[in-house]
Amino acid sequence: MTSIASNKVASEPGPALGAILREAALTALVAFLLTLPLVGLRTVESGGSVSLRTDFTSVALAVGLVFLGRIGMILNREGYPVPVLAVAIVIAVGATFTPLPGSLAYVVILAGSLVLGLQALLAIRRSRSTLSLQERDQRMDQIGAKVQQIAWYVGPILVAFAIALPMLPFADRGLLGVAILVMTYIMLGWGLNIIVGLAGLLDLGYVAFYAVGAYSYALLAQWFDFSFWLCLPLAGLFAAFAGLLLGYPVLRLRGDYFAIVTLGFGEIIRIVLLNWADVTGGPNGISGIPRPSFFGLPFDRSPDEGVTSFHQFFGLDYDATHRVIFLYYLILALALLVNLISMRLRKLPLGRAWEALREDDIACQALGINRTNMKLAAFMISASFGGLAGSFFATYQGFISPESFSFIESAIILAIVVLGGMGSQLGIVIAALLLIGLPEFFRGLEEYRMLAFGLSMVLIMVWRPRGLLAHREPSLLFSKYADRLRAGKPAGGAQ
Amino acid sequence: MEYFFQQLINGLTLGAIYGLIAIGYTMVYGIIGMINFAHGEIYMIGAFISVISFVVLGTAGITWVPLALFIVLIMAILFTSIYGWTIERLAYRPLRGSFRLAPLISAIGMSIFLQNYVQLLQGARRKTIPPVIQGGFQLTEGGAFSVNLSYLQVVIILLTVALMAAFTFVITRTSLGRQQRACEQDKLMAGLVGVNVDRTISLTFVMGAALAAVAGVMVTLYYGVIDFYIGFLAGVKAFTAAVLGGIMIGLIEAMWSGYFATSYKDVAAFTILVLVLIFRPSGLLGRPEVEKV
Repeated sequence: MTSIASNKVASEPGPALGAILREAALTALVAFLLTLPLVGLRTVESGGSVSLRTDFTSVALAVGLVFLGRIGMILNREGYPVPVLAVAIVIAVGATFTPLPGSLAYVVILAGSLVLGLQALLAIRRSRSTLSLQERDQRMDQIGAKVQQIAWYVGPILVAFAIALPMLPFADRGLLGVAILVMTYIMLGWGLNIIVGLAGLLDLGYVAFYAVGAYSYALLAQWFDFSFWLCLPLAGLFAAFAGLLLGYPVLRLRGDYFAIVTLGFGEIIRIVLLNWADVTGGPNGISGIPRPSFFGLPFDRSPDEGVTSFHQFFGLDYDATHRVIFLYYLILALALLVNLISMRLRKLPLGRAWEALREDDIACQALGINRTNMKLAAFMISASFGGLAGSFFATYQGFISPESFSFIESAIILAIVVLGGMGSQLGIVIAALLLIGLPEFFRGLEEYRMLAFGLSMVLIMVWRPRGLLAHREPSLLFSKYADRLRAGKPAGGAQ
Repeated sequence: MEYFFQQLINGLTLGAIYGLIAIGYTMVYGIIGMINFAHGEIYMIGAFISVISFVVLGTAGITWVPLALFIVLIMAILFTSIYGWTIERLAYRPLRGSFRLAPLISAIGMSIFLQNYVQLLQGARRKTIPPVIQGGFQLTEGGAFSVNLSYLQVVIILLTVALMAAFTFVITRTSLGRQQRACEQDKLMAGLVGVNVDRTISLTFVMGAALAAVAGVMVTLYYGVIDFYIGFLAGVKAFTAAVLGGIMIGLIEAMWSGYFATSYKDVAAFTILVLVLIFRPSGLLGRPEVEKV
């Protein structure tokens, strides 16, 4: 599928119609072959045997859309974006008012015309639609650098907004629930970022530490009646220990092998949780996990004899949202703690060593950096953050089961880190908002959620391979000095 | 002893299936140095296409087993290869020459997408098909336990051996194989001497997908039950198989489920994978890689 149409003679006016049609027809043929068996022939189970239901309308629709879309892409590439934009708008508007089979068709048509239209708009503005990979990398890096500069102002504003969120008028229980979920993933992302973004190790089993934290709180509370506040540091410790156990043997592996072994470790933890039913409850999980108290004041409507509950102590009317608000502040504080620690760690020799290891393993060894210890430290610190998040998850949900700790969770957390731009704290916030927060508002399209999730992972990677806000500036470099040099100012000049 | 032999036969059959999937991993890993995370899903798609083809053939009235089997194999290979080709084209090729993690993330996304794509289209429930090849040889008579070698197991092992032979021939003797080996060593240099690198990589994906499709057909026949989730676990296990050898992983699984708790058989496979990787990071039979600076 090379660009046949772009081989046309330069002097020839207008696009080579035949070549365009041929290329689009080829793409449509591939689309036809792709959709024929899986979309066109649906298996239906009836009474133990499988029968087929045909759905050739969808196949035809898919093939037609791919054909049109391909023509649009070629025209964009060849420098005719205006008609593409017009047709995309017409199709999008037309589709909205046409009865189509299934809601997915609407989504596909609208998304497709949106992408094409955007591409055409960009092409109109820039007078060409595609940049080379290097150009894109460069542009992304510039954006990342700019974001890093403004992060100094945006960060505190975001934190202030997060603190003020529960007091805002539109913050109901549902919104706070979503905010807590997003916060949990932000915290997990910041935790994983230490391994992936700073130390440069690809961990596909981060959810294992999350599970260790969640189960250690649940089990300690169930068997020994430990309170949440006692369990929280314990969960962190246990997870760090799990990180040590896993990390010590596998850290000598490199790259992809390391990734697979961590994935295997995550699966081992999940299978053990699933099968060790005497302790973990097996697939039924653990329910009735106690909720945290506010410095000993529980959030119950009618507390036990001799116990003052939160609303009684402060003389408020009972409100179930108190607990949610408290949990929200709890996860916010935990996440900010993780952020603070990792920001400070980056400034320590330890953090410098991580970033150096990420850039060049062998050079670090030559410089006398003990890479096993450094990586082990990254692993343990990151794991303990995962454990803290896990015990928060357990107390927030009140119920945990192995289902919550499958590989897909690891993939989601990793996606947040990588899509946000490796090593960028703000990028992780944005990615978590996009990947976790946004889908929560489309609960109606629940069944397409993971489909769109997977697809957006691919698309963001293809569009921005280094993540949304990646900017790799070694933190030890005299960056201001270098900037000034680049800008042509004297190094000693006034700020 | 009879029980051991039975598990040995079962393990060999399983190992043959894992081995076929594993080839796709090793080929792709060799040529572009990435773990094709979506490969397990390719195999799952192969299994689904084979179920669909079986039902279509049943409706069309083709019931002569060898012919039906042949058609199903061809269909599965054809359509699954196109999936393999398209995935490479859309999700991996734009990322070639990008930084190391990008194609891997893209592959994970592709794997999630394909899983949900199949689940949405074909339903989340398990698909069962009636056994196609029945009967077998009884290897030992009498005793408390008789060892059986079913015709299906014979077909699976023979087909695997034939495919492996054909695959070895392609890699070592044909011009395509030479191009693949050239790209594996140095893509830039191969391109300079006139190898079409993009096309070679595409064909590598197609070959891997075709073999995974055959594995999908085999697993459909062997277990008679598939669902949209089989790809993930099979993918991880096939990766293990790529390191340990398919036969090894099949044997471990069969022996473990024969003698210990079935529920922990995956733990056993993973643990052995971890141990092997720790002590022999380049695989059981691989030569250690020298890192050059």
